[in-house]
Amino acid sequence: MSAPALPSALPAGDRRRPGWRAWALLAPMVAWLLMFVVVPTAILFVYSFCERDEIGGVLFSFTLDNYRRAFSSTYLMIFVRSIGYAGLTTLICVVVGYPVAYYIARASEEKRNRLLLLVMVPFWTSFLIRTYAWITILKQEGMLNGFVQALPLGLGPFDLLYTPTAVVIGLVYAYLPFMILPIYGSAEKLDNSLIEAAHDLGAGPLRAFSAVIVPLTMPGIAAGTLLVFVPAIGMFAITDLMGGAKVPMIGNVIQNQFLQARDWPFGAALGVVFMLMFAVTYAILQRRGARLAE
Amino acid sequence: MSPGASPMIEIQGVTKRFGSFTAVNHVSLSVRAGEFITLLGPSGCGKTTLLRLLAGFETPDEGTVLLDGQDVSHLPPYRRSVNQVFQSYALFPHLTVRENVGFGLRMQKVAPNDAAGRIREALGMVSLGELADRLPHQLSGGQRQRVALARAIVCRPKVLLLDEPLSALDAKLRHAMQIELKHLQRRLGLTFVFVTHDQEEALTMSDRIAIMNGGRIEQLGDASEIYHRPRTPFAADFIGQANLLSVTVVHRNGTTVRVRLGEGLELTVASAELPVGADQALLSIRPEKIHISKHRVDAENVFEARIEEEIFKGATDQLLLVTDHGTKFHALVANESAIAEAFHEGDRVYCGLHLDDLVIVQPE
Repeated sequence: MSAPALPSALPAGDRRRPGWRAWALLAPMVAWLLMFVVVPTAILFVYSFCERDEIGGVLFSFTLDNYRRAFSSTYLMIFVRSIGYAGLTTLICVVVGYPVAYYIARASEEKRNRLLLLVMVPFWTSFLIRTYAWITILKQEGMLNGFVQALPLGLGPFDLLYTPTAVVIGLVYAYLPFMILPIYGSAEKLDNSLIEAAHDLGAGPLRAFSAVIVPLTMPGIAAGTLLVFVPAIGMFAITDLMGGAKVPMIGNVIQNQFLQARDWPFGAALGVVFMLMFAVTYAILQRRGARLAE
Repeated sequence: MSPGASPMIEIQGVTKRFGSFTAVNHVSLSVRAGEFITLLGPSGCGKTTLLRLLAGFETPDEGTVLLDGQDVSHLPPYRRSVNQVFQSYALFPHLTVRENVGFGLRMQKVAPNDAAGRIREALGMVSLGELADRLPHQLSGGQRQRVALARAIVCRPKVLLLDEPLSALDAKLRHAMQIELKHLQRRLGLTFVFVTHDQEEALTMSDRIAIMNGGRIEQLGDASEIYHRPRTPFAADFIGQANLLSVTVVHRNGTTVRVRLGEGLELTVASAELPVGADQALLSIRPEKIHISKHRVDAENVFEARIEEEIFKGATDQLLLVTDHGTKFHALVANESAIAEAFHEGDRVYCGLHLDDLVIVQPE
């Protein structure tokens, strides 16, 4: 979402259109995007109007059947469920990540760098390995159940793995750093005298938080939400591994259409719907952000 | 709150340390209701820490802070009837001018109707009524400063704290705001605690000035007292300019004392200035107190000197004088008119000094 409007301080020279030198520097990236984003998206778009032949090939014709199917109640339910899980993941990430990010931002510089490093440590290990680690923790005879059963409470074992709970745990675990980092970014810039001014004007810690700190770190929360929510909807690896394919999400369905079901046109249509959904949501948020900034 | 009753602010033996650094060192200060007091000193002298102790952003390690008779030493800022104008203004960037000014009232849960009226009144006082719907980044520095002021006074605090609020303004605007602030303070009858490193600002606005240095109050007094009768070398040097000269007592003679400067020049000083038994002292002479003429002048102390350097400053001429003994003095003479007695480098002149203008300061 757009950052709070700032007076444009860029000198005129920085606002000019890029010259040939700039284009030359941008060329590798433009070529990359063209080849691996624009062209595949265009192919996807074309495929979504085609038909599947008997052996799973793509038959070039024009039909709206794929979209009709995509908007049927079965798949709409899956869309809604995916949004629900991603939304819950985002919410938990905000609630868990905000205090962490805020604490890091307010810490001394030396401590801050050390803590930021800790946030990024998980990226040093393959994502798949980390997900498998969660499986060994959550499974029936896993670490967590072993621990709970060792307590003299007569509890457990719990069915955790291959449940929606496991999916959300996995998603939160995977995306939490993407929420922490942008919130840290905006909390770090927060001028301490603003918080003091809030206290000075009679705001206790809670009011100062809700009336000053949260609004001023909103750009970070918004960026984090975008970075967590969007990929979480499409995620299929975690839902597959930790949900045991029992709770299909839209990412799994699309993956299936391309691999198992070999129905590329339908998969393409789902993909296009998925993309449009984002484009529209993003456009609405952008416009609201722009209006607020005025 | 009856006049002459207990003081509005009573700071008693307050010490504040940060690690091994003592920012405020056993400071006591009492401020009457409705008084304009300035904490003046260089950066690091403890003036801002003392202000923060009053605001509640810091708590004293020793001593107590009383506000209107109540011990507030360990009360958080949001429970004190004190408001601050911050050096950076600290306006909430996401709120309009009106919302900024209304923030304190909202926190105090003042009814919206009352609040609207008070916001209008406060904005009117700083003549910003027509900008109520702007955001802070759409305002000039001077306007932001006024918003910060309105935001602090709208809550009707017992004490208003101002942390170098004018330092970011250009000279013209700063002078205008000094006068305006003083008027506002009189009109509201509010107690102002003003922090600055600018001696001229302090002299212009304050009822009393506390000169701070190294975490202590070096001297406390009204502007004229601070200027004319500095008690320490630091105070003499920090406020205005001063010729600081070490002297030795030659002999005491009832109401006057004869002292000798290093180079041999002898001067007569009022004996009340000098502690009994002291034979060494530091003498402070304001440059504008030296009467200079090409003709013999009438004063308790008269000596001859040569003008070594003359700098034209518009309203005044700044002269560097050297006596026959080799002592150097800085002097300031008013340029009353273009045709009046003019001084030039190399001229020989008579210098006159009255008893009152020779001030002995305590060596540290």
